[in-house]
Amino acid sequence: MGMIRRAFLVGGAAVIGGGVFAIKYADGAAESSAAAMTNGKDGHNFATWLRIGEDDTVTLYSPHTDIGQGSNTGLGQMLAEELDAAWDKIAVVSAPAESPFANVVLGRGFLSEMSGYPGIVASLPESLLSMVARSMNLQITGGSSALRFTGERGFRVIGAATRMALVETAAKRLGVPAAELTTADSKVLHAKTGRALRYGELAAEAATRSLDTAPALKAAKDFRYIGKSVPRFDIPAKVDGTAQYGMDVIKPDMRVATVIAAPVRGGKLLSVDAAPAMAIKGVEKVISLDSAVVVVARGYWQALKGARALQPKFSDGGNEKIWTANIFAEQDKLRVAGKPDKTVGNGDVEAGFMTAGAKLVEADYKLPFLHHAMMEPFALTAHFKDGKLDVWGGLQDPLGSKMQAAKAAGLAADKVTFHPMLIGGSFGRRLPMYTEIVDQVARTAMQVPYPVKLIWSREEEVKQGAYRPQSSAKLKAALTADGKIAAWSYDFAQPEDGLREVPLFYDLPAATRRHFKQVSNQTVGAWRSVNATQHGFFAESFIDELAHAAGADPFEFRKRHLKPGSRHLAVLEEAAKRSGWGTPLPAGTGRGIAIVECFETIAAHVVEATLKDDGTPKVLKVTAVVDCGTVVNPVNAEAQVMGGIVMGLSTAISEAITLEKGIVVQSNFNDYEVLKLADTPAIDIHFLSSSAAMGGLGEPGLPPAAPALANALFAATGKRVRQLPIGVQAKA
Amino acid sequence: MAIEAKVNGKPVSFEGETDTPLLWAIREELGMTGTKFGCGIAACGACSVHIDGQIARSCSVPISDVAGKSITTIEGLAAADGKLTALQAAWIAHQVPQCGYCQSGQIMAAAALLAATPKPSDAQIDAAMTNICRCGTYPRIRAAIHDVAGNAAAVQA
Repeated sequence: MGMIRRAFLVGGAAVIGGGVFAIKYADGAAESSAAAMTNGKDGHNFATWLRIGEDDTVTLYSPHTDIGQGSNTGLGQMLAEELDAAWDKIAVVSAPAESPFANVVLGRGFLSEMSGYPGIVASLPESLLSMVARSMNLQITGGSSALRFTGERGFRVIGAATRMALVETAAKRLGVPAAELTTADSKVLHAKTGRALRYGELAAEAATRSLDTAPALKAAKDFRYIGKSVPRFDIPAKVDGTAQYGMDVIKPDMRVATVIAAPVRGGKLLSVDAAPAMAIKGVEKVISLDSAVVVVARGYWQALKGARALQPKFSDGGNEKIWTANIFAEQDKLRVAGKPDKTVGNGDVEAGFMTAGAKLVEADYKLPFLHHAMMEPFALTAHFKDGKLDVWGGLQDPLGSKMQAAKAAGLAADKVTFHPMLIGGSFGRRLPMYTEIVDQVARTAMQVPYPVKLIWSREEEVKQGAYRPQSSAKLKAALTADGKIAAWSYDFAQPEDGLREVPLFYDLPAATRRHFKQVSNQTVGAWRSVNATQHGFFAESFIDELAHAAGADPFEFRKRHLKPGSRHLAVLEEAAKRSGWGTPLPAGTGRGIAIVECFETIAAHVVEATLKDDGTPKVLKVTAVVDCGTVVNPVNAEAQVMGGIVMGLSTAISEAITLEKGIVVQSNFNDYEVLKLADTPAIDIHFLSSSAAMGGLGEPGLPPAAPALANALFAATGKRVRQLPIGVQAKA
Repeated sequence: MAIEAKVNGKPVSFEGETDTPLLWAIREELGMTGTKFGCGIAACGACSVHIDGQIARSCSVPISDVAGKSITTIEGLAAADGKLTALQAAWIAHQVPQCGYCQSGQIMAAAALLAATPKPSDAQIDAAMTNICRCGTYPRIRAAIHDVAGNAAAVQA
């Protein structure tokens, strides 16, 4: 995701200094094009993203794919709130994967995250942002962005402006001043005369009015839908087997294919003898691609047997020397060479280290590559017919995927249609930079006369990941005699820095964080919470070590380094209070605390843990306190944090992708083990109500989990874990 | 030679090679997609179905093993009129699914557990519910099972 943000910054930087802040939803041409796509029978389009039917139905075209985070329900709540629509009239559907539906608001959000809102970005004309978003074909779900950007700055504004257009239309029709009218449950009401007009009756005329560019939004005290635990739209179909994911696409006469790609990244297909696959019953075709072989058969089992019968020869792209250990060695070398690619911080750290009487503490930490391990392996269906290509599947950027398919197939964009399907998990894996399956299925479809569904086996899915980067850090601090941090340095190596998204919020007289850029040819990508799991583990493990070195309680020690009155302090104190911090625990059991901010949300977790007989961790309880500003849907917000905690504990305990000769060692859930129900602790989640700007929620629950667990194990066993996964490291 | 079995009470005839996993016969021959492919090695449970009432991971059961047997899939749980089972209703009440991909398998595993053990303890839930959910819905799965079992320990998730 860092890639995208940088690209936006470049786009924005060129135009800073000009323009007047004005909200405009989309340019006129895009809006009329969107209207043409969505103005079904008896329905009228407002501001590209909204249609009101004459039967009062309100359809919201969401530019976000629901990857399990429930954001489409939240977006519906935010629209209904400002529109004063009846909840049972709201429907949320996927926006067409077409450029008029590029997510301008999201572009603004990414930009504003770089610069603070309403700073320089607020001065950019919307049309420029719109241009950037369209030129990027951005329709991405990521960065915990749906509700706080698209919802706050998009659908609430559109809802309020549309409500005003409906009121003004009603005022004219009833011959009364607009000020005498109120709205509720999809009706405009005139209390004096008891008259009421349905939104559906007003829609046709209201849709011809120009919308207010800066409508007044409701105050939080007047919220009716925001803050309510509304059941998610998508859940009923997920309990009776009717939900349709990319994997479930069936077309008449469809074939099924599977693929084997070069095991070493950068490798190319040198040769393959198709005969052993063709000898398998049901196999119809073997297709050689640049760096992969595709086997097309009547069904998946036959395709898989065919693929397994092949012995393709691949080059190694010069990457056969990449081993897990070599990557760490290379990172150490970069730190020793001492030429950071980026440094952020404050104060004179070197002088701080020389503080008279100060104790110096140093520690090294290591983190492995991590796999997303989404439950639905990649599956895309494509059909090339009459010069047009249709693609069905679930990806995090439908519009970008359409463009990718067009390029791979050698077709103009207007010859390609992408049909978004439900997504069986993603966590960053289905972002457009790493979706080579789009190329594979598009190229395959161009060679066969029937629809073809390409399914990645789980083994392919594990070995061809876009992993969280392997990374390491050396931290150093000086502790004064009265137990305060005088100086702190933090040298870390990995591909991206992530420093801006993951702030260091402790109030320290001198602190630096230095990034050493280390890139191997292994594919890395955005992994849930992006760089926050690495920074969270490094910083929150180290500050725990400093607390113990200072002979202080880890909670009290953090507290003395947080600004009085800060949100961080409030979150930390609430977590300590709710977890019973400081109360006695049985021998061999410990409590650990950690606090991380990412995507403008602050989360603190307290973990209680012990060891199992085999020496692996047993987590007994997690208490989490989160400040994300406004909570739109509490029951779903809790689910997001809960899921983040489970995933964070899972990574801490057992997950690692390792490389030998450039090849991923792990292959399936038997050797890439993830947490199961029996090892999931009781989890208590509490949201601090805050008037802060809305932060993200799909990701921020995750980063504190691993350091809080490692800190708990230190409290329980006296053994400090400095490398994940923990495995049996805490065993006596 | 075709293999005769019953799926959700209806007689079916599987025509594929005898080593074809039941999962792919259900999905591709019958076109019933509620049963999911997750790993192919019986490690994740997304493909869980009932075979003669017993929980089974259909990705690793060849159709040659199901001749004459009665198979139930997620589509076969609800009543003929579409009324959900109490277990499925509890899944909605507790807002269990996130991405939802593993949930057919989770519900089939829970249904098998409750059929054998109507009031399971936490330890019995731990032992029976070994399917993977990457979204981390486990606490709500546990709460929904306790709820439908009428266990006093049920915690509102």
